[in-house]
Amino acid sequence: MNTRDASVTPARGGVWGRLSDLFYRRPAILLALLLGPPLFWIGVVYVGSLLALLVQSFYSIDEFSGRIVREFTFKTYLELLRPSNLDIVLRTVLMAATVTVTSAIIAFPIAYYAARYARGWVKALFFIAVMLPLWSSYLVRVYAWKLILANEGVLNWGVSKVGLSPLIEALLSLPVIGGPSLAFSYIGTFLVFLYLWLPFMILPIQAALERVPVSMLDASSDLGARPGQTFRKIIFPLALPGIVAGSIFTFSLTLGDYIAPQIVGSSRLFIGQAVYVHQGTAGNLPMAAAFSMVPIVVMAIYLWIAKRMGAFNAL
Amino acid sequence: MQQNTVLIAMPENARQVSSSQEASFPAAVSLASVSRHFDAVKAVDQVDLTVHEGEFFGMLGPSGSGKTTCLRLVAGFEQPTAGHIAIFGEQVDGIPPYRRSVNTVFQDYALFPHMNVVDNVAYGLMIRGVGKKERRRQAEETLELVRLSEFVDREPGQLSGGQRQRVALARALINRPKVLLLDEPLGALDLKLREQMQVELKSLQRELGITFVFVTHDQSEALSMSDRVAVFNQGRVVQVGTPVDIYERPETRFVADFVGSSNILEPAFCERIGAPSGLWSLRPEKIRLAPEGLSDEAGTIDVTGEVRHVQYQGATRRCVLAVKDTELALAMPAVGVEPVVGRTAHVRWRLDDMHGMKQV
Amino acid sequence: MRFNRSGAPRRLKLAAIAGLLFLHLPLLLIFLYAFTTEEKSYQFPPPGYTLKWFSVAWERQDIWDAFMLSLKIACIATGAAIVLGTLAAAAVARTRFFGREVLSLLIILPIALPGVVTGIALRSAFDIASIPFSFWTIVLGHATFCVVVVYNNAVARLRRTSSSLLEASLDLGANSFQTFRHVLLPNLATALLAGGMLAFALSFDEVIVTTFTAGQQETLPIWMLSELVRPRQRPVTNVVAVFVVIITFLPILMAYYFTRGSETIAGQGK
Repeated sequence: MNTRDASVTPARGGVWGRLSDLFYRRPAILLALLLGPPLFWIGVVYVGSLLALLVQSFYSIDEFSGRIVREFTFKTYLELLRPSNLDIVLRTVLMAATVTVTSAIIAFPIAYYAARYARGWVKALFFIAVMLPLWSSYLVRVYAWKLILANEGVLNWGVSKVGLSPLIEALLSLPVIGGPSLAFSYIGTFLVFLYLWLPFMILPIQAALERVPVSMLDASSDLGARPGQTFRKIIFPLALPGIVAGSIFTFSLTLGDYIAPQIVGSSRLFIGQAVYVHQGTAGNLPMAAAFSMVPIVVMAIYLWIAKRMGAFNAL
Repeated sequence: MQQNTVLIAMPENARQVSSSQEASFPAAVSLASVSRHFDAVKAVDQVDLTVHEGEFFGMLGPSGSGKTTCLRLVAGFEQPTAGHIAIFGEQVDGIPPYRRSVNTVFQDYALFPHMNVVDNVAYGLMIRGVGKKERRRQAEETLELVRLSEFVDREPGQLSGGQRQRVALARALINRPKVLLLDEPLGALDLKLREQMQVELKSLQRELGITFVFVTHDQSEALSMSDRVAVFNQGRVVQVGTPVDIYERPETRFVADFVGSSNILEPAFCERIGAPSGLWSLRPEKIRLAPEGLSDEAGTIDVTGEVRHVQYQGATRRCVLAVKDTELALAMPAVGVEPVVGRTAHVRWRLDDMHGMKQV
Repeated sequence: MRFNRSGAPRRLKLAAIAGLLFLHLPLLLIFLYAFTTEEKSYQFPPPGYTLKWFSVAWERQDIWDAFMLSLKIACIATGAAIVLGTLAAAAVARTRFFGREVLSLLIILPIALPGVVTGIALRSAFDIASIPFSFWTIVLGHATFCVVVVYNNAVARLRRTSSSLLEASLDLGANSFQTFRHVLLPNLATALLAGGMLAFALSFDEVIVTTFTAGQQETLPIWMLSELVRPRQRPVTNVVAVFVVIITFLPILMAYYFTRGSETIAGQGK
C-alpha cells in the first residue's frame, strides 16, 4: 500500500454516493431506472392502446342489442368496404392531398423569404408568427373561419364591396365542391384546413432552405443559369425533403381531423368524423376502430415513401 | 536513464530499466494487460504501461490509436474490459472517476457554461463542502498559479482559447491530484500560443511535482515535452522510451514513420548498396552530401542517386534522392551547396546512424 | 429572382407578407368580434362596440369551472411530461442500448399519427380494460403527446451539451447525483422549461383527444366546441376565444425566449 499519503481512492458520500458507485459499476441499472418509466408509459399506455384499437377493430357490434361482441371477426372490416364508407375514405384522402399541395405552394415563398432574406428582428418575427399558430389555439382558429365565412361575415362583406359576389355564387354553384354557402361547402372546409396546417408546412421548408448555402445559388447563376432554371435545378430539389417533411404533417393532420369539417363544411363525413360518430352516438366502437386504421395505414405508406426520399433529415 | 552510447538499442532495454524501478516504490499509474473493446473494435488492446511518479509522460499516436481511450480508462470514464489499472499502487477497478485522485484537462476544456471562472475553478472544492470564502481564496490562488488572476469574475464565453485552457488547468489542479491527465491539451491553440504553453506546462509540472500524463497526436509536441513517451498504434503500445529513444531508435517501421519521417531501408535495398542486411531506419538529417568517389572512411555507406525534389524550409533544405528503386529523404542545413533537381548527387552516412528494427 | 443578399424581389416579399397576414388576420378578427354589440349573428362590420361581454363572461360559473379543469389538467400533464420526457431523453442521448431507435420512434408516434387515432386508441383501451372516464383519463391522454414535446426539446439540448461537461464534473469529485444537480440540470433547465411551456399550450387547448377520453368532464376547449356546434351567446364565446389565444400564446413566446439563439423549436409538430 501507499503509505506516504492519503488514499488515492477516498470513499465519499453516504447513501447517494454509494448508489452512484453502483451505477458506475453497473450502468445497466441506471439505464433501467431511466428507461423504466417512459418505456412503461409509451410501451404500455400508448402502444397498448394502439393494440387495443387493433383488437377492437376485429370485434363487431350486435345489430339488435347494440352491444359489442368480443369475438374475432372480419365483419367490421367488410362493412368498411361498403361504397358509402369508401366514399368517406376517398373524400378525406383527396382533401388531404389538395390541402397538402396547396399549402406547399403558399408556404414556399414565406419559407424562402424567411430563410434567405429575413435578418435580425424580421427573422425572429417571421419565426414567432409561424410558431404561434402552429402550437396553439386550434379550436379558436377553426372558429375564426366560422366568423369569416358566415353569410353576414367579413368575406361576403368584402366581396360585395368590390363587386365580386357573382364570382362566389359561380363557385358555389359548381357541382361537388359547391354548396348553399361557403360555410357549408368543401371550399370552406378546404380553406380551414389550409389555414390550420400551413405553419406545419412553412417550418420544415424553411429549415431545408436554411441549409442551402447562398454560394451555391451564386454558383448556379454564375454558370449561366437563369433564375427559373436555378429554382428548378437547385432550390426545388434541395427544398424537397422539407416539403415532404411538411406534407407528413399536413397530410396526417387533415386525415384525422374531425372538428374542422364538423364546424365548417357540408354534412358529408370525413374519416375523423366517421370515427367520432361511430364511437359516440352509434356506440359502434369496433367500426370506429376499423375506420381509424385507415389513416394509420395511409400514413404508414406515406411515411415509407417519405423515408425513401430522405425527408426525415429535414425534421 | 538510457545511455545514448548504445548504438543500436535492443527493444527490451528500455523496459528492463523501468521494471527495475518499479520494484522500489509503486508507479504513479500502471496498466497491466488492459483492454477496452467496444464490441468488435479493440480501442485498447492488451496494454502494459508504467508511469513513474513526477514524470511528464506523453502518449503519442494517430487518431484512433487508443491513446485517448487509455487516458479515459485512467480517469475512470471508461472501464477496462480486461486487465487492471493501479494508481499509486491502489487498484481502481470499479472505482468511479469522482473517487480517484486524478484530474483531467479536457480537449474542449469542458468549462461549465453556467458558472463564472472562479466558480468553475472552485467546483471541486464546492463538491467537497469547502466554505465559500475559503473556496474563493484557493481558487484565486490557483488562478494566480496559471497567471489568470485578473479574469476571476469573467464568464467562460468571454475568454480566449488560451485563457479557457488555463481555467481548465486551474480547475483540475485545485484538487491537488496525484496525477493530472491532459487530453490533447494544446490541440486547439494556434502555433505561437502552443509553443508558449509547452514551456509553461513543463515548468508548472516541475514546480508542482505532480505526475502529468498527456495525450497528443503531434510528435514534435510529444518529443519536446515528455520525459518519456509511449507510442500507440491500433490499440497497442508499440514503443515506450525517452524522446531520444523514440526518435533515434525506433523499434518498428510504424514508429520510424510516425515519429519524424525516417528513411526505411529494406533488406533488399541494403544488399544492393552494400549495407549490412536487415531492416533499418535512417533519419534524413544523418545523410550528408559527400564528394564524388568511393569513401575511404571506415564504417560509412556511400550511394549515388538522382535528385528528385528540393524544398527550401528556412533553416533546412529537404530533398528527395532516387537511389535505384528507393527514394531517400535528406535534410541538410540550408547554407551549404544546393543540390540541383535532375542531377546526380552523392551522399554518405555512418553505419552507426542506422538503427535496426523488428521485422514487422 | 436574384440571389444576392441586398434585398428580396418585391413579388417574393409581397407573397411572404400576404402569407403571414393570412395566418394572423383571422385571429385579429376574433378580437374584434369580442367587442361587438351584435348578439345573434356574425355581422360584419359590427354595428357597435361594447365591453359588456367581458363582464358577462367573467360572471359565468360554467366558464370558470371549465377553465379550472383545463388548467389543472394542463399542469399535471405537463409535470408528467417533464419527468418522463427528461428520463427518456437522458436514456436516448447518453447511452447506446438495444432498441434505442425503436424507443425514439415510439415517442414521436403520438404526434406523427393523427390525434383522432390517439383518441380512439385510448378510448378502445379504456373500454377493453373497463376503465371509467374521469379526470385522470383526460390527463393520461394529454400526457401522451406532451411527453413528445418535452422529449424533443431535452434531446436537442442534450445533443448540444458536450458529454465532457458531465465527465468533468465526475472528474472533479461530484457523484452522479451531484453532477445532475450542479451541471446537468442547470444546462437543461431552459430546454425543459421551453418544452413544458409548449406542452402546457398544447394541453390547454387540446380538443381532439380530449373528446374521446373525457366522458362528462368539460374542459374549456370542450366547452367552446359545444358552443360552436350549438351557439348560445356568441359574443361570450368570442371573449373566451380571445382569452384562450392569449393564454396559449404566452407560454409559446416564453418557450421561444428560453431557447432563442440556440436550437429552434421548429418542426416538432403537434
